[in-house]
Amino acid sequence: METLEFRFDSKPGVRPDHPALCGVVGSGNLEILVKPGDQPGCCQVHIKTSARGFGTTWRAVIGDFAASHPAGGTAIAINDMGATPAVVSLRLAQALAEYQGGAR
Amino acid sequence: MNAHPPNGVWDSLRQSRTRRLERAASLGFGKEIPVDRIIDLLEAVIQPGDRVCLEGNNQKQADFLAESLADCSPERINHLSLVQSVLALPSHVDLFERGLANRLDFSFSGPQGARLAKLVQEQRIEIGAIHTYLELFGRYFMDLTPNVALIAAQAADAEGNLYLGPNTEDTPVIVEATAFKGGIVIAQVNERLEKLPRVDVPADWVDFTVLAPKPNYIEPLFTRDPAQITEVQVLMAMMAIKGIYAEYGVTRLNHGIGFDTAAIELLLPTYAADLGLKGKICTHWALNPHPTLIPAIEAGFVESVHCFGSEVGMDAYISARSDVFFTGADGSMRSNRAFSQTAGLYACDMFIGSTLQMDLAGNSSTATLGRITGFGGAPNMGSDPHGRRHASPAWLKAGREAYGANAIRGRKLVVQMVETFREHMAPVFVEELDAWQLQKMMGAELPPIMIYGDDVSHIVTEEGIANLLLCRTPEEREQAIRGVAGFTPVGLARDKAMVENLRDRGIIRRAEDLGIDPRMATRDLLAARSVKDLVRWSGGLYAPPSRFRNW
Repeated sequence: METLEFRFDSKPGVRPDHPALCGVVGSGNLEILVKPGDQPGCCQVHIKTSARGFGTTWRAVIGDFAASHPAGGTAIAINDMGATPAVVSLRLAQALAEYQGGAR
Repeated sequence: MNAHPPNGVWDSLRQSRTRRLERAASLGFGKEIPVDRIIDLLEAVIQPGDRVCLEGNNQKQADFLAESLADCSPERINHLSLVQSVLALPSHVDLFERGLANRLDFSFSGPQGARLAKLVQEQRIEIGAIHTYLELFGRYFMDLTPNVALIAAQAADAEGNLYLGPNTEDTPVIVEATAFKGGIVIAQVNERLEKLPRVDVPADWVDFTVLAPKPNYIEPLFTRDPAQITEVQVLMAMMAIKGIYAEYGVTRLNHGIGFDTAAIELLLPTYAADLGLKGKICTHWALNPHPTLIPAIEAGFVESVHCFGSEVGMDAYISARSDVFFTGADGSMRSNRAFSQTAGLYACDMFIGSTLQMDLAGNSSTATLGRITGFGGAPNMGSDPHGRRHASPAWLKAGREAYGANAIRGRKLVVQMVETFREHMAPVFVEELDAWQLQKMMGAELPPIMIYGDDVSHIVTEEGIANLLLCRTPEEREQAIRGVAGFTPVGLARDKAMVENLRDRGIIRRAEDLGIDPRMATRDLLAARSVKDLVRWSGGLYAPPSRFRNW
């Protein structure tokens, strides 16, 4: 296991009351929990992954997500079982939509 | 008087054939060979240095004859040169390890790729070349005509006529080359029948038949379990359908065998139908009978499918859909790899398949370090045939994109569809293909490249579609590839400004540029989500092999 922490600037998004959970912890997949963070212009991400040594890739994937989505004001926790970046990006988009959809 | 042939003989092949048949006759052999004497027969008719074709492809295998040949004495039979589609069975490799054969011209090795690489390293095998199927078949009629062909048939009658069944595959082309150039044809058969359902090979092209102890092996290579299709594959399939199939109006095509293209097949009755594409795309196919095509056939998308071979469990379904598949008067399908590959080369507007590696020029290869696997039909179907003359809307549109509005020829669509990382985070996009190191190891003239970059028209990844036809310089091409290479090192090293410029020009298109919301890419869009669903779609006619049954 490896634990990674990232913080990226991101456009503030809506802040619902309820967290959202997306995905499952299974081989090649991951589980994402999105809940309110403490800074409106910041996306905080905490990752626990079974695959060691991919910090650079995670940084790029999360950075791209934070730049292209209004993920400011969120704290995101990820449990990863070797998901590819394609799966991670898709799940992040799904999880954020589910989280922010809950505000409406 | 000068005789033209060096020894004054014009019929040495026929004389050799006669001597071989006389040796067999002197041992008491008629046309039907008792199963326990097959080795005596092989040792009587095969000579050292012969070119031998052991029939087999990624589907049916003359497995009994292959094992029998491997059990022959290397004292009697040696220095054989194998000229055959695949090196797929352990017995094929045994021929080299046991010293019966030392040279190989082939197309595909699949599961034996690692053993083959080891034999090459030990210099116990000389590889002539890795061919595409049609290319190897062509050489059967040029410089690689077999002296002996060992083939697999479903049934023989007393005269030696053969019925090949739905897995006709490579047999016609192998037999034709061998039988008409003084060669010997030996067939293993699954059964002897008084009257055959139909005659696929006439008796006078066949010298010997042997009833194999068990039916020839057939690999269900084209069965993809819908349960294993991922959301990322659904997303890529949506982009391919909307961004390529619909835009070019692709009606005639071939699909590779991976899950990426299986996802497309399963989105035809749902996503593509919702886009109003029924009757406008995917009507005519050069394709094995993929079980994942059943829903599209049942939904009325598909008019015609010609097959390279059959697929385990599909025979009853095929017979019941004779408007779609090529079937004989007896009701069973006749496949034919040579003809279907010809259709794939000249009559298809698009090939779409996957690969394991792609470089910055778009060259792709499934050969990776330590494995010499070959490519089968992909290099043939995944190439733009410059000999094509007939026009179609897809071919013309691609041609105009590639060569300008006044183009005097069209262009085949050759699409590579890959997720940017394979399992264990192996990047598909690389600076240099492993093929170059393999070339050194093999001592080959050329690296084993599956599809040449200049033949590739589009690349589809989870990040988007790159249209290489519209690139005007090698730099644009490189950035177009980097621009869909995701978070691989190759993708991260992109020139961001140039990639955005390519996107503005429509050379790179993201899901959102195509009006696709990636979050809509769920497995719910698949017309079948399990093998059981496929059986249901087929009305119970599809009978999947037991390994694909979990109910």
